[in-house]
Amino acid sequence: MIIAVASGKGGTGKTTLTSSLVSVWPSPVVAVDLDVEEPNLHLFLQPEVDSETSAYMEIPEIDDERCNRCRACTDICQFKAIGIFGKVVMTFPEMCHGCGACWTICPEKAITPGRRELGHIVTGRFRTSDFAMGRLRVGEAMSPPLMRAVKHHLNSTHGQPSRDMIIDAPPGVSCPAINAVMDADVIVLVTEPTPFGLYDLALAQKAFAPIGKPMGVVINRADIGTREVHRHCEETGLPILAEIPYQRDIAEAYARGQIIAEAVPSARPLFDALVERITALGKTANPSEEVCHA
Amino acid sequence: MREILILSGKGGTGKTTLTAAFAHLASNHVICDLDVDAPDLHLILQPDTHSVEPFESGHEAIIRPEDCERCGTCLDACRYDAIQGEDPPVVNPLKCEGCKLCVALCPADAITWSPNHCGDWYQSDSRFGPMVHAQLFPAEENSGLLVALLRKQARALAEAKGLDLILSDGPPGIGCPVIAALSGTDMAVIVTEPTVSGRHDLERVLELCHHFKIRTGVIINKCDLNLDQANAIKAYCQAHQLPLIGELPHDRVFTEAMIQGQTVTEFQPEGAGAAVEAIWNNLLKLGAEPAPAEELAAIG
Repeated sequence: MIIAVASGKGGTGKTTLTSSLVSVWPSPVVAVDLDVEEPNLHLFLQPEVDSETSAYMEIPEIDDERCNRCRACTDICQFKAIGIFGKVVMTFPEMCHGCGACWTICPEKAITPGRRELGHIVTGRFRTSDFAMGRLRVGEAMSPPLMRAVKHHLNSTHGQPSRDMIIDAPPGVSCPAINAVMDADVIVLVTEPTPFGLYDLALAQKAFAPIGKPMGVVINRADIGTREVHRHCEETGLPILAEIPYQRDIAEAYARGQIIAEAVPSARPLFDALVERITALGKTANPSEEVCHA
Repeated sequence: MREILILSGKGGTGKTTLTAAFAHLASNHVICDLDVDAPDLHLILQPDTHSVEPFESGHEAIIRPEDCERCGTCLDACRYDAIQGEDPPVVNPLKCEGCKLCVALCPADAITWSPNHCGDWYQSDSRFGPMVHAQLFPAEENSGLLVALLRKQARALAEAKGLDLILSDGPPGIGCPVIAALSGTDMAVIVTEPTVSGRHDLERVLELCHHFKIRTGVIINKCDLNLDQANAIKAYCQAHQLPLIGELPHDRVFTEAMIQGQTVTEFQPEGAGAAVEAIWNNLLKLGAEPAPAEELAAIG
């Protein structure tokens, strides 16, 4: 089972929840940080790092001799990454999405794939669990290609994953967030009971609904605001999987970089119950598979 | 005309709460919400929208099953695994990057290439002045282009109305929308918090600000949550010639104000509101003075 921990609004507790789930999950998991712009999961898990490799995206390199300035590449490129100015052909590597259209269609075979560094893929171990994260190069605009590279790396190293995977997703509801949750079997939305939390939860729900996987909500700092989030969940049939109260000791442990389920003993039962609810929700995702196993 | 952008790297540190309060305190300004993905500023400012314009960007490939010959060319060519199934193949809009390669290669000419309406942008009036903002539709892309469009509109509006400040609430992270919000702005203000995550993310977003050679200041929110982390952030600021604009306590009054649909400066003009006002005055003072030589050297 793949569990993605996401939220519309940032700072609601995705990483707090992910690190605690990894810690209390009854079997070893693959913990993955796909918030590649601002990855934080490693700060809490402090994994033993096995490898750190650069990830690249293919971008066009033009053979000036072969190019006859036919403009087929500039016509097809949707991202303004190639331009012809008079007789000069220029590429704008930072604009390129790596689609390969230009070198696929170039009639002169004058374009070959070069590469742009996207960032790093870090892998390691947290106790008996596996760990992986992407870290976007500062200045790189596009996070989805690095997220795809992290997923590709996991697929190639773990084959058919027998372990459950827990993904820490980036905030928001646009392409990076979608990329992080699209392969999940269960989507856990973390929110807080405030107007911002409610508005962004509703956006996330809309954004992730087309993926067609079961979603549930964790309300963090559940007692700081109003009951509007609860009401919204009830009206839209979104199950509330857990409510984590606001406690100063939780906030302080988080500030220190501690795993809440371990540092605040009173919070542990909440996470154990959450594991059960997520597992049950996952079974609704693949009912046919369950029949096979039975 | 000056543009001040509120950023954080990490989400949930208080960008929007502070931008809303600054919007209350500022004068002669245009307010701009550049978090087009999950915008929240309008929840506090509750502006009257007088113009809604569609934001069209990119295209979507749609395979017409009646014309498709099932040759598989598009399946093999797509680098995003966006084309799924064979009889007929279907484009998954969540994965399609809009590159047009499948359209160009399809021998049966069976793929429609239709412009993508991926959001709306608004011109509004709030109780603190004119506001431009947007909503990217959930699950859409090209937020960077929408951010660039909003900045252009904000500048045009400021010029037309003779206003000299654009105050912008930025998106979290360091990727495409943040780069679009940051490049060429006059000043970035990073709101951070004294947590290991806040500190880590501050360092990355600061690196980005310096990459674009933008003058940057720091506000530490929830400062009393962890004094060691707060001190480490202060030491970091000092070492990097980064002006510390101010610090705020971890106080429930910020959430209470939000629930009332008010800025903290309206909800509690004394106390927390006064602290925010002092920070705003510091920020204005900092922006009005030329950056000292050491700070310029740090920016690069």
